[in-house]
Amino acid sequence: MEWNFLAVLRDFDLLMLGLLNTLKVTGLALLFGVPLGLALALSRLSTFRILSGIAGFIVEFFRTTPPLVQLFWFFFALPILIDVRMTPLIAAVVTFSIQSSAFFAEIFRGGILSIDKGQWEGAKAIGMTYGQCQRRIILPQAIKRMIPAFMERSIELLKTTTLVSTVAYTDLMFQANELAQKTFRPLEVYTIVAAIYFVLIFLFSQFSIAVEHRLAKSGEGTVR
Amino acid sequence: MSEILRIENLHKSFGDLEVLKGIDLTVQSGETVVLLGSSGSGKSTMLRCLNFMETPTEGKIHLNGELIGTERGGRMRYREAELCALRARIGMVFQHFNLFPHMTVLENVMEGQVIVLGRAKPEAQDKAMAQLDRVGLAEKATEYPARLSGGQKQRVAIARALAMDPEVMLFDEVTSALDPELVGEVLKTIRQLAEDGMTMLCVTHELGFAYHVANRVLFLHEGTILEQGEPQSILKAPATDRMSEFLEGHSLFKLPD
Ligand SMILES: Nc1ncnc2c1ncn2[C@@H]1O[C@H](COP(=O)(O)OP(=O)(O)OP(=O)(O)O)[C@@H](O)[C@H]1O
Ligand SMILES: [Mg+2]
Repeated sequence: MEWNFLAVLRDFDLLMLGLLNTLKVTGLALLFGVPLGLALALSRLSTFRILSGIAGFIVEFFRTTPPLVQLFWFFFALPILIDVRMTPLIAAVVTFSIQSSAFFAEIFRGGILSIDKGQWEGAKAIGMTYGQCQRRIILPQAIKRMIPAFMERSIELLKTTTLVSTVAYTDLMFQANELAQKTFRPLEVYTIVAAIYFVLIFLFSQFSIAVEHRLAKSGEGTVR
Repeated sequence: MSEILRIENLHKSFGDLEVLKGIDLTVQSGETVVLLGSSGSGKSTMLRCLNFMETPTEGKIHLNGELIGTERGGRMRYREAELCALRARIGMVFQHFNLFPHMTVLENVMEGQVIVLGRAKPEAQDKAMAQLDRVGLAEKATEYPARLSGGQKQRVAIARALAMDPEVMLFDEVTSALDPELVGEVLKTIRQLAEDGMTMLCVTHELGFAYHVANRVLFLHEGTILEQGEPQSILKAPATDRMSEFLEGHSLFKLPD
């Protein structure tokens, strides 16, 4: 068999469109998932039992069920149950926002719990409220520690979004399938797609390493 | 002298463990009170009840004549907002400094002023610099805490508390985590505060400090004040066997004759 990338590259713009849509889903899922994750983490840490119980259940549920099932559930089951119809994009964003928020919640929670108890005491002793302690003292330190796990999870999310092709959303994977059928060149198509993901994620990791480096250099030791 | 702090029948339990068993104490403005007692006698718990880092199980605390909390159904009730406001009026310094590592020294000392008291930044900065100057660390203002020695960290922590213009200062074994050669500089700072007329309650094992600086020494034992008095008399001639044993345990301490 012979490799022929040219036939595929002629339709490269199709793949680029898919890439754009992949980035859109990932970006939106991050945009909603991160704050939602923080809210879930704070709820789970709350001393208010009912709240922490509910948050704990949501987190565990979305961490333990397969993302594909969640996607199908939002896209196919929800319209039947409560009559909300979602476009593939919305279903994808809803699914991956909630799904990744469950993971981000655990990252936030771990980060917050890793901060020395003395930080709370120091902040409380000068009269800070719980909210001020979190916002000014605890979270800034916790987030710094969370960055590697956070980057890791974002990469994971980017790869998981390939599932949206199954609900006919025109992401990179969906476009790849189309192109493979059109050109009869699946090997070339998927090789190119793999290369695109590789470059994307490689750049992203380089960026995250740079961020970590900067933070490490800025003088403020993360520990007391 | 006027009364600044009055504690009535203070009790604190953790579950079944009763740590404070009825403490009564009145502190006058400008007084330096030193709390002594063996480990587990409840010294930290007592200090922490005064600024409500721990909520007392029973009893009343008055600051400058006003009762903290409201009494309802025979029990004291406290609102969180009221307690935050109270903590802003009482300075506390800890054994392990608890400086904010992600902020510079100056930012550490400004933080409470700006966030809690709502002071404008320029005013807070002037005030912070004045307090840093007072503890002799003005030139470290732009450093991060990680680059300071233990003694310097503790002096920054003192400046951070002072910048809030506290009515009372609480010190909980603030020299216990320091290398011996750094203890002096911190004690000197606290002594200067005492001379400036700050009202202070200090838990310490530095009997020399108690002897020279305190107006009054309390000896805490199993959650009650077993003895109290002027340091010159109580440290030389304790009335109870418990306190004699405690003082003998500090063999390093030599009282001046
Ligand atoms: N948050 C808490 N929960 C449960 N028990 C506590 C708590 N804080 C203190 N205790 C207990 O209360 C008792 C008194 O503790 P406290 O820290 O007040 O003693 P201390 O006199 O300061 O001792 P040390 O000299 O060791 O600091 C100890 O038995 C301690 O285990
Ligand atoms: Mg203690």
